Amino acid sequence: MSRRTLELSVSTPTMGADGQVRNVPLGVARRPSESVSDDFGAEHMLVNIGPQHPATHGVLRLVVELEGETVKRIIPHVGYLHSGFEKLGEYRHYNQIIPLTDRTDYLAPMANNVAMAMAVEALMGIEITERCRLLRVIACEMSRIISHLVWLGTTGIDLGAFTPFLWMFQQRERIYNLQESWTGARLTTSVARVGGMMADVPEGWEAGLRDFVQTFPTTLREVDTMFTRNAIWIGRTQGVGVIGAEEAINYSLSGPMLRASGVAYDVRKDRPYLGYDEFDFDVPVGAHGDIYDRYRVRLEEMTQSNRILEQALDRLKPGPVNVADPRVILPPKSRAMGDMEAMIFHFKQVMEGVKPPAGEVYFGAENPKGELGYYLVSDGTAKPVRWRIRPPSFINLAALPRLCEGALLSDVIAINASVDIVMGEIDR
Amino acid sequence: MTAVATPLEGAAATVDAMRAAFGDSIGRTSQFAGQQVVSLAAERAHEILAWLQSDPEQRFDYLTDITAVEYRDAERPLEVVYQLRSLARRVDLRLKIALDPDGPLAVATVTDIWKGAEWLEREVWDMFGVTFRGHGDLRRILMWEGYSEGHPLRKSFPLRGHRSRAEQTRQALAANPEAHYSLEELSIADAYQELPADMRARLAARERGETP
Repeated sequence: MSRRTLELSVSTPTMGADGQVRNVPLGVARRPSESVSDDFGAEHMLVNIGPQHPATHGVLRLVVELEGETVKRIIPHVGYLHSGFEKLGEYRHYNQIIPLTDRTDYLAPMANNVAMAMAVEALMGIEITERCRLLRVIACEMSRIISHLVWLGTTGIDLGAFTPFLWMFQQRERIYNLQESWTGARLTTSVARVGGMMADVPEGWEAGLRDFVQTFPTTLREVDTMFTRNAIWIGRTQGVGVIGAEEAINYSLSGPMLRASGVAYDVRKDRPYLGYDEFDFDVPVGAHGDIYDRYRVRLEEMTQSNRILEQALDRLKPGPVNVADPRVILPPKSRAMGDMEAMIFHFKQVMEGVKPPAGEVYFGAENPKGELGYYLVSDGTAKPVRWRIRPPSFINLAALPRLCEGALLSDVIAINASVDIVMGEIDR
Repeated sequence: MTAVATPLEGAAATVDAMRAAFGDSIGRTSQFAGQQVVSLAAERAHEILAWLQSDPEQRFDYLTDITAVEYRDAERPLEVVYQLRSLARRVDLRLKIALDPDGPLAVATVTDIWKGAEWLEREVWDMFGVTFRGHGDLRRILMWEGYSEGHPLRKSFPLRGHRSRAEQTRQALAANPEAHYSLEELSIADAYQELPADMRARLAARERGETP
């Protein structure tokens, strides 16, 4: 019995000392572990990412210790955007704090404004009007949609998908136009006031929002088609950055990060504010706690927000927006110029500000990034003793070292994106 | 159908259980705007917090927030505030530890109970100068490591800082470049050995990031 053998001339081309290329047969070249540095595999490398890096979503800096391509340890550095908002708040009237809240989570400014007004109202025991309540629900849900749109767009870019980014920003632009026609500003909206809103929506605005609500699901379907069953997307996201339910709770995660891990906690359902319990919507909950589930949760949340917007529009009836309480709401300018009492209230409010009673309150709202909490301590004066922001993305980001343990360097970008951070809020 | 306890009733039941279990270590309790506040003695606070987290009746598994409050009234103590939540029972509880602002500002860490406390405690240290005993990595977090003006959210800290803007800029520009890495980071891998000898000596003497 004869055996045919095949001689393969496999070799490795190398450069000799004389500059000539030689072919070294396989097996003759040294293995990586024996090559130039003998402990190549055990050598740890320090890689600095950011603070100026497009994939860190702001001025976040990550110092990564690598073994080969595997992350051994990751040390996040924050604070580059620290503006001392909490300190500034102690020197301002309650209504003057609202513009500061725009600049914390600047991807969802309206939701921050509303939460701040709600916190002061909880401190003062103010009941807002029906129209104001619905306008606030609309503001919060619009914010959730634009924030998730930015998240999906930028995360897509981080993972190499550029087109959805353009679709997302096109839709986001439509909400920005609505925000602009309501508040005059696209980003620094400052739309809420203690006891009401800065203004009612202009004529024809509701029709504009309804147009958005009716056409927006098309984009969501497009994204669903593009991503949900996309092999590359699945390969990059499933089983990456996994955190289980128990650990997610122990790390104080909130919002989509918590729900993707299978914990059905949504402030809107569990401690309803703004009458969210009257709305018919579902809270999507993941099962695996990986990036893919976070994506699914956020995508579904946009659909649900759209449903809430539709219901809020149906219920929106003409009526007063602000409470009829001259201690918190400025009387109309026309009355302030002619009516003695109105003028006094106008003067006192502008000069002294809204004065809640001495006490303290924590108000938690379900923001796009997670649970935004405002903890206000009042000593009875017009300025808070302490204005604490519970920043959801700061607390979510704190779990990044845990999420990135043992991941590959390229996964760090994906995991960091999946946390949905906004540095304005983290650094405050 | 059984009546569901409101969050405030649930919190009140927890307060009763705390009093039964810890007696005098539970201080003043109050309610405001439908929220329950309980003061704790600093010595047993860690024990009480661990009990609240692990006791099957209480199940305060979620640490919402840790912060501190300093009042404008200088007579009032500085308070470290814990916002706890039981996700299962839908109950919130706010716990406070009063600290004498003239004494050592220190409490025991809760990072062994809730991992989420790590950055929150670092922030309280950074902003108020409260030390958390047992915290593995109590570095500044929002201010940079070499920051030497104190703790910004203290009432004794002026709004614009202790130093003028020009002085702050001058110092920032004069800071050593190695201030951008912590000693821990620099000691990773071979990076430390590759540093110039004088820089290594400065770092070993903990002179990193000191401004002139």
